[in-house]
Amino acid sequence: MLYISTKYQIIRKDFPFYLGKTAHGGLWVQIKNLPGHLPKESPSHVFLQEIMKWNGWGYSDSRFLFNKKGQAEFTGKRYIIIGMIIPGLKDWFECTFGASLQHKTPATPLLNSSAVQPPTLNEAFVEELKSTGIPFSQDAEDRVFRAHGHCLHEIFALREGKFGRVPDMVVWPNCHNDVVKIVELASKHNVCLIPYGGGTSVSSALECPPEETRSIVSLDTSQMNRILWVDEKNLTAHVEAGIVGQDLERLLNESGYCTGHEPDSMEFSSLGGWVATRASGMKKNIYGNIEDLVVHIKMVTPQGVIEKSCQGPRMSTGPDIHHFIMGSEGTLGVVTEVTMKIRPMPEYQKYGSVVFPNFEQGVACLREVARQRCAPASIRLMDNEQFKFGHALKPQVSSIFTSFLDGLKKFYITKFKGFDPNRLCVATLLFEGDREKVLQHEKQVYDIAAKFGGLAAGEDNGQRGYMLTFVIAYLRDLGMDYYVIGESFETSVPWDRVLDICRNVKARIVRECKERGVQFPPLSTCRVTQTYDAGACVYFYFAFNYRGLSDPVHVYEQVEHAAREEILANGGSLSHHHGVGKLRKEWMRETVSNVGMGMLKSVKDYVDPNNIFGNRNLL
Amino acid sequence: MASKAVYSQRDPMLKKRDDFEDILEERRNSSDLRYALRCYAPVVYKGLCPSKAGTLKSMVLQSDQLHYVIHQVCRETGRAVDDVQEEVSSILEEMAHRLQLSTVRFFAFTLSKVFKTLFRSICVNEEGIQRLQQAIQEHPVVLLPSHRSYMDFLLMSYLLYTYDLALPVIAAGMDFMGMKFVGEMLRMSGAFFIRRSFGGDKLYWAVFSEYVKTMLKNGFAPVEFFLEGTRSRTSKSLTPKLGLLNIVMDPFFKGEVFDVSLVPVSISYERILEESLYARELLGVPKPKESTSGLIKARKVLSEDYGSIHVYFGQPVSVRSLAEGRVNRCQFNLIPRHIPKKPSEDIHSFVNDSAYRLVRAQEENMVLKPWVLLASLLLQNQVSGQKRGIALDELTEQAVWLRDLSRQYGAFLHWPEHTPPSEVVSSSLSLHRGLVRISEGRVQLALGQTGGPAAPGEPRSAVTPEEELLSQAVIILSCASYRNQALHVFLRPALLASAIHTASSNKKQEVFNSFSFLRNMFSNEFILCPGATVQDFEEACYLLVKTGALQVTQQDVLVTERGHRTLVFLTSMLDPFLQGYQVVCRFLCEEATEALTEKQFIPAVRKFIIKHLLAGRLRYTEVLSSDLQKNSLAALLRLGAVRKIKGAEQGTLKVNTVMVNSLEDTLGGKLPTQKAVIARL
Repeated sequence: MLYISTKYQIIRKDFPFYLGKTAHGGLWVQIKNLPGHLPKESPSHVFLQEIMKWNGWGYSDSRFLFNKKGQAEFTGKRYIIIGMIIPGLKDWFECTFGASLQHKTPATPLLNSSAVQPPTLNEAFVEELKSTGIPFSQDAEDRVFRAHGHCLHEIFALREGKFGRVPDMVVWPNCHNDVVKIVELASKHNVCLIPYGGGTSVSSALECPPEETRSIVSLDTSQMNRILWVDEKNLTAHVEAGIVGQDLERLLNESGYCTGHEPDSMEFSSLGGWVATRASGMKKNIYGNIEDLVVHIKMVTPQGVIEKSCQGPRMSTGPDIHHFIMGSEGTLGVVTEVTMKIRPMPEYQKYGSVVFPNFEQGVACLREVARQRCAPASIRLMDNEQFKFGHALKPQVSSIFTSFLDGLKKFYITKFKGFDPNRLCVATLLFEGDREKVLQHEKQVYDIAAKFGGLAAGEDNGQRGYMLTFVIAYLRDLGMDYYVIGESFETSVPWDRVLDICRNVKARIVRECKERGVQFPPLSTCRVTQTYDAGACVYFYFAFNYRGLSDPVHVYEQVEHAAREEILANGGSLSHHHGVGKLRKEWMRETVSNVGMGMLKSVKDYVDPNNIFGNRNLL
Repeated sequence: MASKAVYSQRDPMLKKRDDFEDILEERRNSSDLRYALRCYAPVVYKGLCPSKAGTLKSMVLQSDQLHYVIHQVCRETGRAVDDVQEEVSSILEEMAHRLQLSTVRFFAFTLSKVFKTLFRSICVNEEGIQRLQQAIQEHPVVLLPSHRSYMDFLLMSYLLYTYDLALPVIAAGMDFMGMKFVGEMLRMSGAFFIRRSFGGDKLYWAVFSEYVKTMLKNGFAPVEFFLEGTRSRTSKSLTPKLGLLNIVMDPFFKGEVFDVSLVPVSISYERILEESLYARELLGVPKPKESTSGLIKARKVLSEDYGSIHVYFGQPVSVRSLAEGRVNRCQFNLIPRHIPKKPSEDIHSFVNDSAYRLVRAQEENMVLKPWVLLASLLLQNQVSGQKRGIALDELTEQAVWLRDLSRQYGAFLHWPEHTPPSEVVSSSLSLHRGLVRISEGRVQLALGQTGGPAAPGEPRSAVTPEEELLSQAVIILSCASYRNQALHVFLRPALLASAIHTASSNKKQEVFNSFSFLRNMFSNEFILCPGATVQDFEEACYLLVKTGALQVTQQDVLVTERGHRTLVFLTSMLDPFLQGYQVVCRFLCEEATEALTEKQFIPAVRKFIIKHLLAGRLRYTEVLSSDLQKNSLAALLRLGAVRKIKGAEQGTLKVNTVMVNSLEDTLGGKLPTQKAVIARL
């Protein structure tokens, strides 16, 4: 390793408090620190790389496995579900996918450096870079780690020990000025730069273009992770763009603030990445999406630094230059510093859940909540398949009393209320704010839900729903150990189309799988994860058992492609927050029109005429 | 023969068809009452929201689309919303079906009795039924039967009841509603009624389309309608109407359903109940208004033998698969879907193409009886001037020849395998004894003295030549309607044969030009998929080459020695139509006055044709068919040789004499095709 340890770090190991499951089945807990469902330990004082998997999701010590009795459990000490037995998962897994614990497909355990292409170096660039003192590395492991995001095909190849084109070296700038120097040198020596934040991309955005002949340098922003100042008068914080979501929240929490921006990937994704992809957070209903949260952005481009001259809350100064930066996906430059809005931490937080007799009623309820503009911090509606999935992840109950209660609840919902267990669906809720208002708000939402046949189903279910978000990526790794591959993708769609798009895309997935020789019906499920005035964000999960297929990844990609076509044909957008990357760029032109494409191209041509930021995303 | 491999995909001989089961057999052996009262529990669409006829109406009334149109109409006309809403309710009232199981059971009972008297058997392909059952569960289903008889839709519902399948709701013409009691009975057996024409009435259209879509989307019941729009009086498939097909495809285009299954159903009658009725209608005896008493009078039909019926449920066609790569569904992204919009160009042409494909699918699975071949042969023989008819054994020989030829062309022919051909021929002839006469071992059409079944018992004293001609024409047109059943089998080769005949040389290009001209000319007459000229030409070449009738080289098309017989047969098949179109052209050139209206056209052209027939200047009596006359006018209008003057009363026709003349000459082979094309430009 060539890098020098960073000069200063905010180190905080003890995560003082987090939400846990209480003895009697999980209750709201008044908390000081958010978010509660995240790991206890801050990873920022070490290079994430050292504690993370090189060929799967998340921390090396955290993984699902089936123990000797065939029961699922989760290892490590970072998440609250640690050590709990999940008795239902095996049956669900075997029934849903037709998979068997007998048929394993283990990953290549160790990274074989010799399988990695030797770096193509631009000697002059390397020489000048050395003289700046900015740390860099040509180590194979470092390069492989930054050569991918978390698309299925990327992880699948890694598990098989296959590497395509990887960056030729990695640099770790420590501050804005370091980035300026690197970009200058790259321009001078015609080196291709690919900015790297948290590496959680699911759009093939981090893949090195195979046709790139220049030396590719991965610019890792992880060392630029400081909060430079907090302005309590204006409620803003000026933060370096490499900071990872959970660190940002934790550090702000210490002074009683938060940004409230919580994308599902917040454990690992970085502020710069959010800006570059137009990220969206779970609690956007209160705090807004990234475009609502940023006040000022500083970005280094081959033409120099772009930023605004002041921090006015809104400006009428032509098209907002922030909107050229947000969503530029690393094609124009590196975001180095961002001023963000901050809020005092909420006094009180409460989970909740509602069971609906069917998905249609659930969507109607969400629509009404959006119409009345009374959406809680988060409101998500899972379809029946996902409800069952969530159910399968229920940890073993601790007492006869709880299991009795569960039985009683089930009886009440299915027999007394007449809900069909194969049709009902569940919405999970998260309320935030001061206590009084939360309770009032909660009542309002439950009243609306009741009009659509919704029954309050407890906080426990709600909380488990949100936890699912953080562990689902780990579950994919478990599936991949047993011939099951899958992924999620998202879209946004007008309200009147929500039901149609959900039905059609799910059906299309099933049909495509069948036509392509997938032996067992796939898991094809969705949930509505965000509500807006004019529409909603819909998330699809799709997984199947690939036994008997010679090229499962290709089949997977064809099905995903078909599903995206279906989304577009049903009035859905190309992406709500994952971005376009290289995975979806074939649809960009029809998405933004020829002229729109020309506009974006001309910006790229001006800002980066030599394609220094050559990841070839988006356009 | 190198091209064989390329064509083999299309080889009609390879078409695999299901076997039939006779459903009357069981009816003859067990109680009809028990059958009518048995437990009926059909499988339903998996996405079905159970609803009653009443809820259906309120769903329609509350739909966004109707709301929009109601307010639009109010804005445009200044009428009060309540007023318009009331009109909507009454339209819906008039239209809506009231499907009742008890009525269906009543029909199940009575139809069992009726069918057993009328028909020897009703044969159904049970594999098709199984496919349909599967389809009903997966997606909304649209049933598209061919339409040759009033019987069709009762028969369809009867069959579905028999096989415990969901009963369809059927789009029926309003004229049925005139039959007081029967109309209501039909309504209760699932018919809903639509006005025959409501072109400009957007309110009516909105109610109608929303009603159909609501039933379809909710999987309430399979929707059934006739692509051909009306009963074909000629047994030729009619060019499809697009309105309803558009409506049932719309929910798919707009993403409201994942897919829609279209199921073409081919119903073939060995003997059509309305046989002579149709012939008279085509000859200008106006169609009797549907009335209950008329139906009772029709009771005498009950005493006759109508042979068998074959019903073939075709392969369900997925609208999604059809539309793949053809329709960009994103076009609905930018306007709320409930706002009615004229179908875009690509959707219109897609629906049109699909409609033709579906009608062709119906045609392909029509069962042909030996009589169909005999009728073709007898008609050709009659025209060739053989006054004494044809010897029975010669007819048998020809029939066997034609049987083999039609099979090679892929006909779905039901020719009893283990019966000597002579027996097959004589039993076919005896079933149609009203149309043929056998004397001294010779067979001919029952023209002349006996008068045929059309007018039995009428005093036959002072018969004018014209009346005589018309009564012969009834027999000939009835016969032609059977020949027409086989037309789709021979159509493409016949067009090629005629093209070879009219083309000035054997050059392939010239033959193709001529083929293309004829095909274009006849595209209102026959089912010819738009834009498929080259495909049709290749198919025709392939079939004729395969049967050894033709040699096709790079440049030339040559008729072989043994192909002569085939080509003569094929050209004779098309000849009545060629002659008919020419006569119509001549009429327009010679007799059409400035003031000729569309309405006057048929009577005038009929008079002209009768004159020519009586004078012996025209050989084909069947040219008297108003169907042919209408189609030829439609073709001339389409080609621009005749124009309708708008604004003038009742649509005055303006004839471009030069162009009509040159079309006539080209049809007659007097002008090479190229010139006609130029003339058309």
